[in-house]
Amino acid sequence: MELLDAFLPYLLPIFYAVAMVSVFMGLCSYSVLAERKVCSWIQGRVGPNRTRLPLLGHIPILGNLLTGLGIFQPAADGLKFLFKEEIVPGHVNKFYYMLAPVLALAPALTTMVVLPFGRYVDADGITQPLVLANVDLGMLIILGISSLGVYGIVLAGWASNSKYPFLGGIRASAQMISYELAMGLALLPVFMWAATPGSDYGMSLFGAVQSQQTLWLFIWQPLSALIFLVALFAETNRLPFDMAESETDLVGGFHTEYGCFKFGLFFVAEYAHVIMGSALFVLLFLGGWNFLPGLADPWGESLIGSLLSIAWFTTKVFSMIFFFIWMRWTLPRFRYDQVMSLGWKILLPLAVGNLVFNTIIIVLYDTFTR
Amino acid sequence: MAKTKVLERKPLTPMEKTFLPQILSGLKTTFGTMMQKDVTLQYPEERPNIPDNYRGVPTLVKDPNGREKCVSCQLCEFVCPPKAIRMTPGEIDAEADPERAHVEKAPKEFDINMLRCIYCGLCQEVCPEEAIFLQDVFSLSGYSRKEMINNKEKLYELGGTLPDQHGKWDKKKAAEQSGNAH
Repeated sequence: MELLDAFLPYLLPIFYAVAMVSVFMGLCSYSVLAERKVCSWIQGRVGPNRTRLPLLGHIPILGNLLTGLGIFQPAADGLKFLFKEEIVPGHVNKFYYMLAPVLALAPALTTMVVLPFGRYVDADGITQPLVLANVDLGMLIILGISSLGVYGIVLAGWASNSKYPFLGGIRASAQMISYELAMGLALLPVFMWAATPGSDYGMSLFGAVQSQQTLWLFIWQPLSALIFLVALFAETNRLPFDMAESETDLVGGFHTEYGCFKFGLFFVAEYAHVIMGSALFVLLFLGGWNFLPGLADPWGESLIGSLLSIAWFTTKVFSMIFFFIWMRWTLPRFRYDQVMSLGWKILLPLAVGNLVFNTIIIVLYDTFTR
Repeated sequence: MAKTKVLERKPLTPMEKTFLPQILSGLKTTFGTMMQKDVTLQYPEERPNIPDNYRGVPTLVKDPNGREKCVSCQLCEFVCPPKAIRMTPGEIDAEADPERAHVEKAPKEFDINMLRCIYCGLCQEVCPEEAIFLQDVFSLSGYSRKEMINNKEKLYELGGTLPDQHGKWDKKKAAEQSGNAH
C-alpha cells in the first residue's frame, strides 16, 4: 500500500494521459464517421449504415438504430486499414517514407497536453482547469507544435519520390508559412485583452477562457475570430484550403503513394488537427466551458459541476467540428494562387491592422480609465 | 444564326468582394439540402419502380390458357442484331396435343445468350405472335458462361403468362369449324 502511495504521483499522470489519448483517438475515428454522415446528408444520401457488430447490433430496436447511424463503421474502417497489404513502392526513401505518417500524427496528439477541457474547484475554492499540463505558455506550445505537423506532410511529399506528392508537399509548406503569420497576429489582441498586466494566467488557454466569463471574445473581437478561423481552416488543410491533397489536380497530394495503415495515420492526423482546431477556437473565442455570454458558470462547485462544464465544452467542440465539415461540403477549393494572395494580401494586412487598432484602443482605455 | 445576348456583368459590391455573404448563402443551401429527404434507394431491400415499357431480360410468355405462344417462325432469330437468339423449330404432336394441332409448329429448343443480348427489343417488336417480351428483370448473373444462356424452360419460367387481346389461333379454329376459313 505504501508502495502504491509512493508511486501514485507518477502513475496517475500516465493514467490520465492514456485516458486522454484514447478519448481523443476515439473522437478522431468518430469525426471520420461524422464527416461521412454529414457529407451524405448534404448530398441527399444516407451514408454508411450497413456495418453491424455481432451482439450489439442485434439488440432489437437499439441495434438497428446504431447500425443505421453507422456507429460501428469506424471499427470496420480501422480494421480495413490494419488488414490491407502493406505496400511500399520501390522508388521511395524507405526510412523517411515510414517516418512521415508518424511525424504527421505525433504533433497533433502532443498539443492536447496543454488543452484544458473543463474546470473544477479545488479544496481552497480556487477554480482550476482540467488539463494534463497546466502551463502558462499553453497557446505558444500549441502554435509551436501544431505547425510541426507540416513536416510530416513535407516529408511524405519528398520521400515518396513522385511528382504529385512532391507538389502537394510544397503547397502544404507554403500554405502553412503564409497562414501561420496571420494566425499568430490574430491571436495577439486576444491575449492582450485576456492577459492584462498583473494577471496570473499569462498565455495559458485557461486564462483566455476565464477572461470570457462576461463576454465571449467572438462577440467583441469578431475580426480576430474571423482571421483566426480562416487561418485555422488553412492550417488544418481542410477544404477550401486543402492544397496539399487537392484530389482533382494532384491525384491524392502528399499521400498519393501511401496505403493501408500509413494512410490511416495521415487520415487520423487530419482529423486530430480538426478536433484540436475546433477546441482551440472554442477556448479562445467561444468562451470555452462558460455557459452563455453573461451567464458564465451556472453549474456549482461539485463534481457534477465539473462534469457539466466538460459536457458543455465538448458540445461546443462538436458543433465546431460540424461547422468544419459543413464548410467542407459547401465551398469549392481555392486555386493555389488565390490561397497565397488571400493569405499574404488580405489576411496578413488585416491581422496587422487589427493588432494596431486593438493596441491603440487598449492604450486609450488604460490612459482614460486609470 | 442565333442572336447572342450579352449579359451585363455588374462589378462586385464591397461586401460581395469579401465573399462572406456568398459563403453564408452557400452554407444555408447545404443546410437546406441536409434537412431534405434522402434520395437513396436501399437497393437489395427496396426495389426501383419498373415502368411498363421497360426493356429488361427477353422472355417467352404463355397465353392466358397456359399454352405456348411461339410458333417458331424464327423472325426474332433473324432480326436479332448480335445473334443472341438460337432456335430449333419443331412440330406440335397432333396426337399428344389435339387442341393445338392446327398451330402446327412450336420451338423444340429456344436459347437466348444473355452474354450477347443487347436488350434492343427488336425481337419483341418483330414477333407476329406476341410471344417474346422484354420484361422487368434487370439484374441477371451467373457463375459460368453456360449459365448465362437462357434455355426454353428458363425463358418460360421468367416470362410467365401475359394477357392476350387477340386469341388469334382460337379465332382461326372457330372460323374453320364454322366453315368460314379465310
